[in-house]
Amino acid sequence: MAMRRSHVIRYALEQYKSYRVPNAAQSLPSWYTKGTNGSLDSWSRCVHGSVALTQKKAGRVPLSSERFPQLKRGDFARVTDGDLQVFERLVPSRVLTEPGDIEGHNVDWSGTCRGAGQVLLRPKTTEEVSAILRYCNGRRLAAVPQGGNTGLVGGSVPVFDEVIISMSLMDKIISLDEISGVLVCQAGCVVDKINEALEPHGLMTPHILGSKGSCQIGGNISTNAGGLRMLRYGNLHGNVLGVEAVLANGDVLDCLSTLKKDNTGYDLKQLFIGSEGSLGVVTAASVLCPRIPGAVSVALLGCDSFAQVLQTYDAAKKMLQEILSAVEFMDRASMEVVQENLQLTCPLGAHRYYLLVETSGSNAAHDEEKLNSLLGHVMEKAMVDDGTVATEPSKVQSLWALRENVAVALRADGCVYKYDVTVPMSRFYDLVTDTRERVGSDATRVVGYGHLGESDIHLNVTCPQHSEDVFDALEPWVYDWVAKCKGSVSAEHGMGILKRDYLYHSNTGPAVLLMKQLKERMDPRGILNPYKIFPD
Amino acid sequence: MWPIFDYGRFVSIISSSDVYGVVWMRSLAQLHKMANLRVLVGVKRVIDYAVKIRVKPDNSGVVTDGVKHSMNPFCEIAMEEAVRLKEKKLAKEIIAVSCGPAQAQETIRTALAMGADRGIHVEVTGKEYENMTPLHVSKIMAKLAQDQEANLVILGKQSIDGDNNQTGQMTAALLDWPQATFASEVTKENDHLKVVREIDGGLETVKVTLPAVITADLRLNEPRYATLPNIMKAKKKKIAKHKAADFGVDLTPTLEVVGVEDPPVRQAGQKVESTEELVAKLKDSGVV
Repeated sequence: MAMRRSHVIRYALEQYKSYRVPNAAQSLPSWYTKGTNGSLDSWSRCVHGSVALTQKKAGRVPLSSERFPQLKRGDFARVTDGDLQVFERLVPSRVLTEPGDIEGHNVDWSGTCRGAGQVLLRPKTTEEVSAILRYCNGRRLAAVPQGGNTGLVGGSVPVFDEVIISMSLMDKIISLDEISGVLVCQAGCVVDKINEALEPHGLMTPHILGSKGSCQIGGNISTNAGGLRMLRYGNLHGNVLGVEAVLANGDVLDCLSTLKKDNTGYDLKQLFIGSEGSLGVVTAASVLCPRIPGAVSVALLGCDSFAQVLQTYDAAKKMLQEILSAVEFMDRASMEVVQENLQLTCPLGAHRYYLLVETSGSNAAHDEEKLNSLLGHVMEKAMVDDGTVATEPSKVQSLWALRENVAVALRADGCVYKYDVTVPMSRFYDLVTDTRERVGSDATRVVGYGHLGESDIHLNVTCPQHSEDVFDALEPWVYDWVAKCKGSVSAEHGMGILKRDYLYHSNTGPAVLLMKQLKERMDPRGILNPYKIFPD
Repeated sequence: MWPIFDYGRFVSIISSSDVYGVVWMRSLAQLHKMANLRVLVGVKRVIDYAVKIRVKPDNSGVVTDGVKHSMNPFCEIAMEEAVRLKEKKLAKEIIAVSCGPAQAQETIRTALAMGADRGIHVEVTGKEYENMTPLHVSKIMAKLAQDQEANLVILGKQSIDGDNNQTGQMTAALLDWPQATFASEVTKENDHLKVVREIDGGLETVKVTLPAVITADLRLNEPRYATLPNIMKAKKKKIAKHKAADFGVDLTPTLEVVGVEDPPVRQAGQKVESTEELVAKLKDSGVV
């Protein structure tokens, strides 16, 4: 947080630019309040629903075990008083069993998945995690590792009564090597706090995402989180140099290397990056952190045809090259939603598509020259109809706010169906136009926005409340559409429980078989985060 | 300064058969009445409000080297108001002024991209710039307003680094012009301005005759972003360079900054288990 030179002025400016999500949609989807008989029949047809809501009222979210009635509880033991006594011995005074304490940990961020976990454990050290898992494995108790609980596919909360292992107390930074830029920290460190600690050293995390105030590095690693900087700094598979994880049987796997180059045998840490806590619990990580750029500039450009968008992206890559750090895409509908629901101002008029191009470098003058020549070029060749550019941090933040707050703005519409898919660049927007045609006027809005640089589009469809018609029109049609063009049904969010049925849409039979074999080898009793990723 | 002309009487002198002459005179009259403001806008280059401020180790000031600067937010609002006056055809020319080192030209370019017609850069560097105070700036602004024959000066109510809230008032006093400060709404009515001011008790509406000085408050308007076509156009607009001495202003400091410190770090609170403990602690600290 910036230090405030003038508290009154800063406060006034913040108030001026601040927004509140209006309490527009107090009405929750009808299946919240309807009885068991009516609404859940419709849910029993599908195991997943990519639904997000305005308010997370833990008590009113239906239990996942009821929502997905064909899901059977695995052959796991149930937690007994004896178990609680053992837990109390392993993690003294950090065993929570009060419903009031656990409720928040049983529901995910989107407010759609609710488990019935009875026990929450809060270890502080890797040894405690190891002892917990060794015991659970021996007793055959299922466990869910939980970080910041910001996942969007229900992967971080129990489905039945799994033991919740919260990593929040494991938030120490172990070491930082300024020269190599390698940070070693425990898995429960919140990304925002890591950046705060790195800032005085001129470093930052290689990834950044909207949930940075709550998400933890262990969770980011377990889901291979992408984020807004991936175009420039790459993904976590490349930036994570080492992982320390505890396996299902309690063994501590120390692959916590800080070396950038180490080709000695199989690269085991990669198994834990993106496996959503199903192969082991990440307890510490070493991450390669890049330098904070000295000069950041952002240009917001308005185009009226998708061909123009692709031309502009091409020109940006050619003329900005090494300073290009992000290319984000928004359509008119997503700009409208932030303007209407959050009262943010768009500096440009109404255009069909918007591109947000960010450059990061060490020399402001050099970057501005390149950016100005790009802007002159795209204006001259009519690749862009209008645009604005900002180099001051305050304006850069305002322009980014337009893109970063689309998800928040959509929640105010009521019920949001979210799809995060990778499609071929040439067909990037086709999914949105096809969806719009398909749902017609049944939906309030169909918006598409995302990371143009990685060809990852976030398709969101909103309705005032849950609509069977709209939901049936969307699933599995969206996933089939993506599978047909050999895309990914889940670009960044992972499978969790909500997308597990579609694993084969983006993976071949033999690939999934090998995944299952790995899982069986590493977790023979299947206690780590069961019911997720794989369809039965 | 436009002479107060009784166009009505002038028109009646022309014979009624000279219809076109009358119409032409009338529209000229209207034009004169409409776009008769030449607006001088002060824009200050300050550290961007999103940047984390660091105090220099010797406590002599804040670190400015290599730190991102931008136009003072209240100056942006002042500039936006001037542009809106021009769009309403009430202003015919906007001149953006900034006093500071060479980089102040970037701030003037931003003002030009927002819609100013030309810029004036009063170059003040080094120690002189560090010790510059609102009194110096207002003397320069007053002289400029007279030289440029401006009849409206719009400034931000204060800068976010100095927080002095003095320049507008001093400029008006030096010019002996009326001032309407903390403006949240400006309307032109015939030959005067109706300004709604934000004051502690609420809103106050004042009428000021022209020429006048206005200082802009937060809710006056929302400044526009400069769009690319305007940024390109701004590159061709002129910025005249001057020194403070050109206006007969002596920059000898009248204030000395003795020290600059961080505000004290907030102390952690204490949790108590019972009311008795709370009372005991309050008594111990002498509060009760």
